[in-house]
Amino acid sequence: MSVDQIVQLIQSAIQFGTVILFGAMGEILTEKSGNLNLGVPGIMYLGGIAGLAASFFYEFNNPDPSGFVCLVVSLLAAFAASALGGLLYSFLTITLRANQNVTGLTLTIFGGGVANFFGGTLNSMAGGVGQISVAATSAVYRASIHSVTDFGVVGRLLLNYGFMVYLAIVLAVVLQLFLNRTRMGLNLRSVGENPATADAAGINVSRNKYLATCVGAGISGLGGLYYTMDYIKGTWANDGTIESLGWLAVALVIFATWRTVNAIWGSYLFGLLFWVYLIIPGLGRRDTYLFNMLPYLVTIAVLIFVSLRNKKENQPPASLGLAYFREER
Amino acid sequence: MEHTTAIELRHITKRFGKVVANDDISLEIRRGEILSLLGENGSGKTTLMNMLAGIYFPDEGKILVNGEPTTIASPKDAFACGIGMIHQHFKLVDVFTAAENIVLGLDGERRLDLKAASAKILEISEKYGFSIDPNKKIYDMSVSEKQTVEIIKVLYRGADILILDEPTAVLTPQETDRLFDVMRNMKADGKALVIITHKLHEVMDVSDRVAVLRKGRYIGDVATCDTSPQKLTDMMVGHAVTLNIDRPLVEDRNLRLEVKDLTVLTPDGIKALDHVSFDAYGGEILGIAGISGSGQKELLEAIAGLRVTQPGSHVIYHPPAPDEPIAGQHVPVDKGGEELLGKNPRQIHDIGVSMAFVPEDRLGMGLVGSMGMADNMMLKTYRSGRGPLLDRKPPRQLAERVKEELDVLTPSINTPVRRLSGGNVQKVLVGREIAQNPSVLMTAYAVRGLDINTSYTIYNLLTAQKLKGVAVIYVGEDLDVLLELCDRILVLCGGQVSGIVDGRSTTKEEVGLLMTRFVKEAKEA
Repeated sequence: MSVDQIVQLIQSAIQFGTVILFGAMGEILTEKSGNLNLGVPGIMYLGGIAGLAASFFYEFNNPDPSGFVCLVVSLLAAFAASALGGLLYSFLTITLRANQNVTGLTLTIFGGGVANFFGGTLNSMAGGVGQISVAATSAVYRASIHSVTDFGVVGRLLLNYGFMVYLAIVLAVVLQLFLNRTRMGLNLRSVGENPATADAAGINVSRNKYLATCVGAGISGLGGLYYTMDYIKGTWANDGTIESLGWLAVALVIFATWRTVNAIWGSYLFGLLFWVYLIIPGLGRRDTYLFNMLPYLVTIAVLIFVSLRNKKENQPPASLGLAYFREER
Repeated sequence: MEHTTAIELRHITKRFGKVVANDDISLEIRRGEILSLLGENGSGKTTLMNMLAGIYFPDEGKILVNGEPTTIASPKDAFACGIGMIHQHFKLVDVFTAAENIVLGLDGERRLDLKAASAKILEISEKYGFSIDPNKKIYDMSVSEKQTVEIIKVLYRGADILILDEPTAVLTPQETDRLFDVMRNMKADGKALVIITHKLHEVMDVSDRVAVLRKGRYIGDVATCDTSPQKLTDMMVGHAVTLNIDRPLVEDRNLRLEVKDLTVLTPDGIKALDHVSFDAYGGEILGIAGISGSGQKELLEAIAGLRVTQPGSHVIYHPPAPDEPIAGQHVPVDKGGEELLGKNPRQIHDIGVSMAFVPEDRLGMGLVGSMGMADNMMLKTYRSGRGPLLDRKPPRQLAERVKEELDVLTPSINTPVRRLSGGNVQKVLVGREIAQNPSVLMTAYAVRGLDINTSYTIYNLLTAQKLKGVAVIYVGEDLDVLLELCDRILVLCGGQVSGIVDGRSTTKEEVGLLMTRFVKEAKEA
């Protein structure tokens, strides 16, 4: 096991972790409002394909694409498409009070279907080898400080990533402060804990739920964007990886006990567990799948541990998964 | 003292579908005065006050706040008018601290300054004589602490018109006294207070004026000093009611249940029951008194087979003699008495020991909220049919019978019981247990939250069971009722029996002292 191998493992872990960190942060925000959105994988699909499509059309129609425009167009498209997915979910569960689990699972199937349909279309539109590539946009996402100036091993470990890795960390801290230190955050948490109480205190329950779910979905969608733009370098793959990462994001929410700051190290730990087979010599192809299960096993262990400790702060929001209707007794 | 009018309600009408909850009600709420709003369950007290709190909106009529016609369309509008309501079911977030709950939903700086909030909370509590820790989480609090948080919550918002919906339903006598002191302090500060209750002695104790509602109509108001509990009851019910509970003495009482050294531990290993011993006789109502949480629940559950007991505990059941009317309907047991501990709840139930426990939320144990009366009846009998399919006929007949005999108000026996009012839910629960023809009937808080008329229906049911020779165990909260209903009263204090007294000769003071006996000894020691 060489230094290079370890550095490579940590890099892989952080990049892998960033995808699910975005997904989990969005879901934490959503769940804090009492909405259990199991559509995270679908939403990450939507974010990935929308960002990819937007930058593809821009690059396709401009022989000399500007990096800044690439960035803005893909970010906006990804966020908007995912937030729309969230809006759909919100309308069904909040306004029409449909069952949250069913709606979320449907959204996952819907998102995957839409994304792979358009992904395939884009691939054939791209012509050539039948593989879409948005090189200009991907280059913006993959630009790192380390690639400009070499800082040695430290640089390779800490500075060798696209900006979204750092954005994720900043966002996690900001969300943590928002939820715990601001009035709006307190109001939002009360909606997820006890909507009747929030309602009686004059808080608009529906508005909080809609906002948290749509913004949360937008953030989750950025995970899909990071995956397509940085992780697989501006291409599209119909292999269902986004979906499995989406489920890991949902597991990470539980692992992080609904705290975005915990999700940071949690996501890197998941990445480490997922890639740890890289440094274990003599593994066959089959064995790697066993290692890929580790994050799920750890999540189950945490779930058991947390429910045994039975500390109220570590429990999911009390009204998670329940629709709120003021006049129901 | 000058009483200026804070709120005037004029010709308020509120309908829910076809039901008229409030019918042309006009009422005045004055500053520096405590007004009692009195009425039976379903008479529209809470509905009326909810319109002031912005939860409901009146269909007809006007609300004048400080003489100005005002529209109260939301809880926010109510706060703006200085109206604060303390609901019967607390509206608090469990995982938040007191301070977080109190500032919830308020406008203000984006950043949350809990230190400043805590300072203001302490200032308010000092002014009116509360005691509270702003940083304590709600889930660590007792019921009365939670209520304090609720009251401070409305005061913090600057409310000077306070509405308390049945605030004493869950408090011990001592906590009630403390609450009343606080209310008097607020009154002296010039605030207008409304207390919704149906406990007459509290009305007489704390209020200055009483307004009575009956079936959604306004009957009238009287100054408390000019009235009496009897007069108020007559106003409430509409006809003269005797307030005495009939307590016939059954001469022929047989030992039915022998409880010896019953010890039960809580999950944390603390003794919830500590060597509790007593006998229960057929033809007798044994009352169980005590501050809430003194082991009442554990005692009934242990007898019903729902709790694990410690070695050395005994509950011995003696079957009724063959010539008694209640004999012969249950699984036969040994004449010399049979140990109940170690049997599972179904076996104990089949022997004839029934339990009707009414928890705080009324539904939790015993009834399934989303099922109708008929299906709930079937929960106890579904095993008796032959063949794999259920026979729905007997439970349906039973449900019809209970509905008729106990006057349960429900559109149909298939309406989910969750939709019935609290009193009717309790009638279904108690009615079902009685229909099992038990030889031991245990009830806990059977009249919790019920109005006078319905309470008396339940008392009469229990007394009728007693006359049949059933051993009735009645866990109650209201000492006045225990003293009138029960033949003997067992007092629990901290999981121990602090005394068993004769219901006919004891006094409220004696029982009250027994309720806190060990607490005091512990303090002195």
